[in-house]
Amino acid sequence: MSQIETFYEVMRRQGITRRSFMKYCSLTASALGLGPAFVPKIAHAMETKPRTPVIWVNGLECTCCSESFIRGAHPLAKDVVLSMISLDYSHVLMAAAGHAAEAALEEAIEKYKGNYILAVEGNPPLNEDGMFCIVGGKPFVEQLRHVAAGAKAIISWGACASYGCVQAASPNPTRATPVHKVITDKPIIKVPGCPPIAEVMTGVITYMLTFDRLPELDRQGRPAMFYGQRIHDKCYRRPHFDAGQFVEAWDDDNARKGYCLYKMGCKGPTTYNACSTVGWNEGTSFPIQSGHGCIGCSEDGFWDQGGFYNRLTNIKQFGVEANADQVGMAAAGVVGGAVAVHAAVSALKRAQKKTQDKVEG
Amino acid sequence: MTITTPNGFTLDTAGQRIVVDPVTRIEGHMRCEVNVDDQGIIRNAVSTGTMWRGLEVILKGRDPRDAWAFTERICGVCTGTHALTSVRAVEDALGITIPDNANSIRNIMQLNLQIHDHIVHFYHLHALDWVNPVNALRADPKATSELQQMVSPNHPLSSPGYFRDVQNRLKAFVESGQLGIFKNGYWDNPAYLLPPEADLMATTHYLEALDLQKEIVKVHTVFGGKNPHPNWLVGGVPCPINVHSTGAVGAINIERLNLVSSIIDKCIEFNNNVYIPDVIAIGGFYKNWLYGGGLSGKSVLAYGDIPENANDFSPEQLHLPRGAIINGNMNEVLDVDVRDPEQIQEFVDHSWYEYGEPGRGLHPWDGETKPKYELGPNAKGSRTNIIEIDEAAKYSWIKAPRWKGHAMEVGPLARYVVGYAKGHEDIRNQVDGLLGTMGLPVSALFSTLGRTAARALESEYCGRLQKHFFDKLVANIKNGDESTANVAKWDPSTWPKEAKGVGMTEAPRGALGHWVKIKDGRIENYQCVVPTTWNGSPRDAAGNIGAFEASLMNTKVERPEEPVEILRTLHSFDPCLACSTHVMSPEGQELANVKVR
Repeated sequence: MSQIETFYEVMRRQGITRRSFMKYCSLTASALGLGPAFVPKIAHAMETKPRTPVIWVNGLECTCCSESFIRGAHPLAKDVVLSMISLDYSHVLMAAAGHAAEAALEEAIEKYKGNYILAVEGNPPLNEDGMFCIVGGKPFVEQLRHVAAGAKAIISWGACASYGCVQAASPNPTRATPVHKVITDKPIIKVPGCPPIAEVMTGVITYMLTFDRLPELDRQGRPAMFYGQRIHDKCYRRPHFDAGQFVEAWDDDNARKGYCLYKMGCKGPTTYNACSTVGWNEGTSFPIQSGHGCIGCSEDGFWDQGGFYNRLTNIKQFGVEANADQVGMAAAGVVGGAVAVHAAVSALKRAQKKTQDKVEG
Repeated sequence: MTITTPNGFTLDTAGQRIVVDPVTRIEGHMRCEVNVDDQGIIRNAVSTGTMWRGLEVILKGRDPRDAWAFTERICGVCTGTHALTSVRAVEDALGITIPDNANSIRNIMQLNLQIHDHIVHFYHLHALDWVNPVNALRADPKATSELQQMVSPNHPLSSPGYFRDVQNRLKAFVESGQLGIFKNGYWDNPAYLLPPEADLMATTHYLEALDLQKEIVKVHTVFGGKNPHPNWLVGGVPCPINVHSTGAVGAINIERLNLVSSIIDKCIEFNNNVYIPDVIAIGGFYKNWLYGGGLSGKSVLAYGDIPENANDFSPEQLHLPRGAIINGNMNEVLDVDVRDPEQIQEFVDHSWYEYGEPGRGLHPWDGETKPKYELGPNAKGSRTNIIEIDEAAKYSWIKAPRWKGHAMEVGPLARYVVGYAKGHEDIRNQVDGLLGTMGLPVSALFSTLGRTAARALESEYCGRLQKHFFDKLVANIKNGDESTANVAKWDPSTWPKEAKGVGMTEAPRGALGHWVKIKDGRIENYQCVVPTTWNGSPRDAAGNIGAFEASLMNTKVERPEEPVEILRTLHSFDPCLACSTHVMSPEGQELANVKVR
């Protein structure tokens, strides 16, 4: 496109005042965990950077990622779609269908070759010549390869695109395959979770638009800013874990007191995500806060790690918690041994799933 | 060639074939093909489910207490309803009862989903079939304000300035040339009938609804920790209640209750001030467009849902009605027994599966599935590049469920038709009120517009029910009952060696059932028959067409290359394709023997 407007121009054209624009920048800064010093930088970026076209395709999935995306509060989904990106193809939201939809896709690919972000929700199945997921009469995997070819970068939304998720759970009858196993020549940002948190999704997009770079990724290709810590590391129930205070049965007194859910199968100690920091739905709660253990939905292969109510036992190295052991043991002594905290912490020492050790290829 | 189906539709494949693939603004992947005659009237309709994920195969051998999480991922739009159906199926199999509070909380969550789903469907998936946002640019903001105040005097956002701001934003968006999601819409099509002011009002509400829907779901977040995909529990709900003592953070306390209560009020307000008035206002301009009735005036099915009391699923105790109507006989609502092997059966003669013998139907407890992806001899294109489907052969990843041999429509309209025929007081009052306001006869219900209106009425009804169950929850807690889970049979050692159960709900899109067999503490077989399997079903051996196909018949398409009318009617069902496609196992793999006796 010869002349692509900047964010700021667009926002002004859409009747947004300078004052509102600055407020928006400061909300964006806090959404990204950045201090007030970054507000002018964001504002400057928005004033000078062009809007980026986004093409969003869907394979085998359940649409929870799109649903999560529209839950975004800061920024609001409507602001993302109207003012920040140009969502040139989205099977879920777009007005056009059939040939008109395909024409819109082709036009966007042609016009923005090398400059658009490809957002993938779901994954391609490879069995049955790919025909377990058909788009426009052809296998979805063809559409994926076609759109990926001209993309600047790819975002793998959610557990499906990142790791395969539920349809790839054993025995993976369709051979549902994560995006990075099919597209190997493009930068891919994995944003796992089933679904990912809304503000993590919009945060990843906003970060790229604001700083004009990909976020720093961990060994598995996830943005470190959101996936750098285990849920357990920042869980508000962590003191109960350290003190050896556990829920022993659903709805027991300990559950009502908000004790640690480790014994109920909580996968927080091996799950890297921002649930215990950013929270869900504008920080309203997160699974542990609402009384159910974490099921580990942002981890590779979480469907096949034993039942959701089985206590973690396969953790190999617990790393940073060297002194949690001592704290826990001391507390157990105080409590009087009613709680098998030693076993718990030992298990956690062995903990950390194998996926954490493996570097994604 | 002309054929008449046993369920009374005359199909003619002679005219021009129109293909719509992908059908957008739905959940999942779907294809639709129709033949139109030289007047542009649809004379043959074919709906194809174009995805399959295999969830039920994956569930085999797993812990039944985990099944809710797997099945919940069948659909992220109607998130939670599969999970609820699953825990009900497992509880039914194992004889587990749930506490009163758990019943109230589950109902609040299910009703909350209905409201959320209906609002998002109407504004974000369906509205663009009726509303033209480009035409909204021509509106006079002052006249729009007057229109708003006329149709909904209590909605606070109604000033001329407000509409002018929205219009300016929209104008800038359109003028930027980057139309995003509005690109290639059919904005010049004569099928759009609203005046610019109504278009501006409705487009504004598209944005308001987008802001609101993220608030509605916080009820799920409170009780289930997140949305989409909140957490559930066999035996009750995972969130404990602790309103009096220390440690109340993390349990349901007065702050959490207040949050839920405030959201319930917001739902009621939006239904009353925006959603219902919009449906009446928009519907008023389209009330002569009464296509799309399909099966709704002939054969409808509802399982019923929202039990007043815990563990009592008898039909008279359900707020959403149960029953079946066949052959258009509204004077007789038939009992539905989901355990009866003769009532619900699935057929695969036109689905990409095989049973071995043609014309065979299987009850879900005895579901059997083997893949057979093949195109018919008259299909155009190739195996991996379908140009045209051959509907005389197998043509969909969706099975064909039938109730006593009948193709049935399910969903909000089916529920309302059953409820109306049964004399359900709330439903009768709502329907009569709406039809009276619009000056339409009861027969107008059996249409695309009727489906859309029933959904809005149901959202309003569910808003009141949500409040009812909130009050009931609070009253019960006040009486000293804080129990939320029954753990007597949590341990698999307490289970029988073999058990089978069924769970039912009314998902936003219609009757949903899960059938489970448990053996030695593990899932032996799991089958889901979901709303879009009913509505999107292909033909059966006898040639009956399903609800999608029936609803498109005899509709006039103004411009065949711009299938607005097709989208309008298909969207009125709120199709969910990830839900609808069924279990099966690839040939040659060990799971090909997913067979139960």
